[in-house]
Amino acid sequence: MKKEWPQWEVFVRSEAGLAHKHVGSLHAADERMALENARDLYTRRNEGVSIWVVKSENVHATDPSETEAFFAPSEDKTYRHPTFYHVPEGVKHL
Amino acid sequence: MRDSARIEYVLRFGDGALVLAQRLCAWVAHAPVMEEDVAVANVSLDLFGQARMWLSYAGELEGAGRDEDRLAFHRDAREFHNVLLVERPNGDFADTTVRGYFYDLWASLALSELAGSHDERIAAIAQKSRKENAYHLRRSQDWIVRLGDGTQESHARVTRAVDELWRYTGELFIGDDVDAVAVGDGFGFAPEALREPWLERVRATFAQATLDVPPDTWMQRGGKQGVHTEDLGYLLAEMQVLPRSMPEAVW
Amino acid sequence: MYTSISDGIEGAPDGGDARERAFDERLDRALKIEPPDWMPDAYRKTLTRQISQHAHSEIVGMLPEGNWITRAPSLQRKVILLAKVQDEAGHGLYLYGAAESLGTSRDELVLALLSGKAKYSSIFNYPTLTWADVGAIGWLVDGAAIINQIPITRCSYGPYARAMVRICKEESFHQRQGFDIMWTLAHGTAEQHAMAQDALDRWWWPSVMMFGPPDSESTHNVQSLRWKIKLFTNDELRTKFIDQTVPQAEQLGLAIPDPDLRWNDETKHYDIGPIDWDEFYRVIGGNGPCNKDRLQARVDAWEDGAWVREAAAEHARKHGSDAA
Repeated sequence: MKKEWPQWEVFVRSEAGLAHKHVGSLHAADERMALENARDLYTRRNEGVSIWVVKSENVHATDPSETEAFFAPSEDKTYRHPTFYHVPEGVKHL
Repeated sequence: MRDSARIEYVLRFGDGALVLAQRLCAWVAHAPVMEEDVAVANVSLDLFGQARMWLSYAGELEGAGRDEDRLAFHRDAREFHNVLLVERPNGDFADTTVRGYFYDLWASLALSELAGSHDERIAAIAQKSRKENAYHLRRSQDWIVRLGDGTQESHARVTRAVDELWRYTGELFIGDDVDAVAVGDGFGFAPEALREPWLERVRATFAQATLDVPPDTWMQRGGKQGVHTEDLGYLLAEMQVLPRSMPEAVW
Repeated sequence: MYTSISDGIEGAPDGGDARERAFDERLDRALKIEPPDWMPDAYRKTLTRQISQHAHSEIVGMLPEGNWITRAPSLQRKVILLAKVQDEAGHGLYLYGAAESLGTSRDELVLALLSGKAKYSSIFNYPTLTWADVGAIGWLVDGAAIINQIPITRCSYGPYARAMVRICKEESFHQRQGFDIMWTLAHGTAEQHAMAQDALDRWWWPSVMMFGPPDSESTHNVQSLRWKIKLFTNDELRTKFIDQTVPQAEQLGLAIPDPDLRWNDETKHYDIGPIDWDEFYRVIGGNGPCNKDRLQARVDAWEDGAWVREAAAEHARKHGSDAA
């Protein structure tokens, strides 16, 4: 079997001011085609103003078996969240 | 006479978009990759949309109560005014790509001219179509380069398609009485003027695609005046079968 | 998305180990399974089969309606149908992407279809003989598909659920356009009305069968329900479809071709006549009117397109782009 076209991950910015969001994947032979296919496949209903494509093999992800080690240390640092703090009654603009 | 020239002028663009759209939609579900099914459907949808705007305007100009469907489904081949190029059969992916590229490139130039038309409706339709066309051209040009500078087989196929279709490109740049009225009345352009810019772009793209521009040859013509290749009759027979077989019906 | 990172099943084979317990616990807590997560081999295999069958159905499903794009009777109908068939290609692609995230490449999945090994929805092995069939497919087949698909937006596998959210959103117009065609025909000339009735006569039972064999005979139901990749049984979904469709047929002024069909005041559902499961299994087994043609059309597209795919890959390779 001939080697198939590489797979690309597609990220779409739905409107100016928002971050690009992962919407899915597709196959394309080169970057231009990947962008064109992404446009045709993922923005048929005006869903985007900007597209990123990244070859799937270039995406590096955290290992699920290390999820705890990776993310647990931030769990107990509740002082990073505003809800940690008690706001005295009557105090505004905090 | 002047009115009928304008109607025919508008029909030429409408019929061109309609016939090419009809050709392209036959690819859907049969394309070389599924992503291309989606892409070719988009181009076809754009062109049908453009055709509807042109045909509706032609019907209004005519004032005889013919709407877009009446014009699309109840005219015979002799009454169609598209250039011959767009009615050429789909062939293989190389034929379709070359046909599309020649048309898209011409349309990008033609629509730029029409965007400045003194006829506001023509200008408005051209402006909307121009944006869509720019994307079509980007795609078809990319594919010309990939196929030309791809494998030996793809190079051979696209070369054959270019040699086959080249003789239908001349008509794009040959003016007639209708074009003369369009220029005189300021609603259209002289086709001859587009030839050099078109050729220049073709040379540049073909160089990138490692393709040869064919030598001068006899150019087929007649589509604009309603004298077509035999293929158009079959295309229309298929497209028009339902409304023709039940003329009373509303769909 | 992570196919290149997790190459299928890593580590020890399945067993009653901690990973399996953790997996079960995730399901119980209604947490999504994501591609890099550990999952039982059988879950991966079943999901790959289910998602790729679904993808194949979208792609093969383009053919019967695609037949009528060139012959649609008005420009408006034509662009609607074209946009709909285009959506099906898109949905096939979303689903192949979801299936690929389980570690099987698109080409492998497609080749399984082309070799006849993989299945697709049997409904597409029936022919579209008239324009009304396009209406009937939208109304009945898409109607049935929506009932099938909406629960899957909540299934346990993240990429499948997300693809399905997108698909359901986009498909909301598909059923309506079909009903709209039927409505226009049913209220048109006598000839058009007859065309609509004929389409309903031919598509009704195959649509009812789309939900698969009765629960008493369905082999996958229990495990799939447990895994939350199926949320209702075949019969539950079928009943829902019939209950919602019968009144619509009445509104169209068309007769459902089932003399035993009647409302049951006790169950609050319609009772229907016997389903011809022999036909169902015959069509699944390859002897529907169009099985061979449908598959051949996909084989042709694949084979005729090979030189195009190779050319683009070669061009990319020559120019240091990404396909190598």
